[in-house]
Amino acid sequence: MLQQAFNGLVGGAFYALLALGLAVIFGMLGVVNFAHGAFYMLGAFGSYILLDHFGVGFWAALVTVPLVLGLAGALLERLFVRRLAPLDPLYNFLFTFGLALILQDLVKREYGVQSQPYPRPEALAGTVDLGLFTYPAYQVFVLAVSLVVCGAVWVVLTRTRVGMIVRAATERPELTRALGIDVGRWVTPVFGFGIALAGLAGVLAAPMRAVNPLMGADLIITVFAVVVIGGLGSIFGSVAAGFAIGLVSALGNLYVPALSQTLVFILMAAVLLWRPAGLFGREESPS
Amino acid sequence: MIASRPAARPLLLATGLLLALALPWMVYPPVALDIACWALFAAALDLLLGFTGLLSFGHAAFWGTSAYVAGLIALRSGLPFPVAVLGGAASAALLALPIGYLSVRLRGIYFAMVTLAFAQMVYFVVNQWRGLTGGENGLQGVPRELFGLDLSDSFLFYYAGLPLVLLGFLAVWRIVRSPFGRVLASIRDNPARAQALGYPVDRYRLLAFVLSAALSGLAGGLFAVGHGFASLENVYWTTSGQVVMMVVLGGIGTLWGGVLGAALVVLLNDYLVTSGFEGIGIVTGAIFVIIVLVFRRGVWGTARDLVRPRSGGGRRDRPPGEADGTPARPQGVGSPV
Repeated sequence: MLQQAFNGLVGGAFYALLALGLAVIFGMLGVVNFAHGAFYMLGAFGSYILLDHFGVGFWAALVTVPLVLGLAGALLERLFVRRLAPLDPLYNFLFTFGLALILQDLVKREYGVQSQPYPRPEALAGTVDLGLFTYPAYQVFVLAVSLVVCGAVWVVLTRTRVGMIVRAATERPELTRALGIDVGRWVTPVFGFGIALAGLAGVLAAPMRAVNPLMGADLIITVFAVVVIGGLGSIFGSVAAGFAIGLVSALGNLYVPALSQTLVFILMAAVLLWRPAGLFGREESPS
Repeated sequence: MIASRPAARPLLLATGLLLALALPWMVYPPVALDIACWALFAAALDLLLGFTGLLSFGHAAFWGTSAYVAGLIALRSGLPFPVAVLGGAASAALLALPIGYLSVRLRGIYFAMVTLAFAQMVYFVVNQWRGLTGGENGLQGVPRELFGLDLSDSFLFYYAGLPLVLLGFLAVWRIVRSPFGRVLASIRDNPARAQALGYPVDRYRLLAFVLSAALSGLAGGLFAVGHGFASLENVYWTTSGQVVMMVVLGGIGTLWGGVLGAALVVLLNDYLVTSGFEGIGIVTGAIFVIIVLVFRRGVWGTARDLVRPRSGGGRRDRPPGEADGTPARPQGVGSPV
């Protein structure tokens, strides 16, 4: 059972990374990025392509793929998302939905729907003795990376000037602007950063999950449920809900296997009934 | 909002009816049925998106549930197909009650996300419940007959099913035109004021949601019976996305624009499939991106504004200051409630 719990935390690590990216982008731009799952998929395919065509290994991919995707995300924000931002947020949702369809089918055309193999990095091929049970080293690594990244983002948001500006711009964009802070300057980097997180999650997923064009779409809908549970306006809530949902679904899988896929949505329904703004969301509406 | 001048309205209606009757002669009959079903589906979604201001991204749940229920009724009971289809529509409405009850508490983009998530839940349930739904194989061999009359010919079935579609359209049209529909429009434009005037906003939204789901179910059930099978694709999120695209392509809040959008998308898909093109998502996605970026009023909205100069009461359904036809929703993005 402890092992199942650990599995859950590893699964939650992916939810948390994706939910974090979704939440910072949403906070800064008010955009729900449907293409987030597609960028996760591109992250996995990016590392697969690097290895398969260029012989570039996992460690290099872990750095370059998120970087490249982050830049692509920044470009995407500059060219398109920014133009739609003043309109109803639904338009950006529809825009990124279309984008996700395009990216997914482009990859599908090139590589088909079957899963591509990606080997574990050699340094992490073994197992780790965690005292009560042994566990694959790679999964421990994924969990550690995710915790470190989420923790680092938390520190940046709460302890640095940049983080202060981002938080202020998230909560009260007009007021922040009125105080003389150039909010627009931070929008593009934050968007790029959110996409880079999705790419990072994709690279991490490549060695332990099936690399195929559809891997992102189904996952992102579950992540939507996760951030609704956590409270989409809340960055902390999204990450916490990510890990918690991972844990709960793994345990649910153990005790009620029939519910394994639907449990997260049932939880979402329960949260909506009890606290429509999400566990960590704010109830009050902005002026 | 629907027809430009009172004199043009009967003319447009007659043209539409003629087109609906002539459709199986103009295109391959199964495609004609697809167009009719998707058109009703799009109109049902527009009832919610354009006339209530709620973007549901999970309408595949209702279309698909009804497809399965209608298929099961027809398969297991042998009742005439309209009963099966109406049963499917009823099941969609029933499913919409809890989903709508929970979802209408949220606004704008949150509503879209939550409906999408619930639809995904329905998809997983249908996928897992193999004994009833056939899992990945779907339901096959759904009979198409009416009182012993064999309707497996698509051409015949189109005319047998058309009354149901027209009935659905009549319902949508009546709802939009009714005092109830005017309340919905006021909720779309200014929920706070509607609430202040004493209308229970969430209850109205829920009722609109259930009605929209029932009509989507009517379309989905007929679609499944018409094809003789129900498949997982009927409940998948791509179906939800496709119907949203039809409405946006035709023009949000134009009702008949969705019909046009449905016809265009079905014909385009049919063309792509028959020409052996593999990446339909690339084309579909590109259309999505282009209409959202540069063509937000949609085909019908653009045409209407060309025909009729912007003046007087004709545009009373648009909030003032929204000259480009973008529906205004004043809710902030910071809080979901």
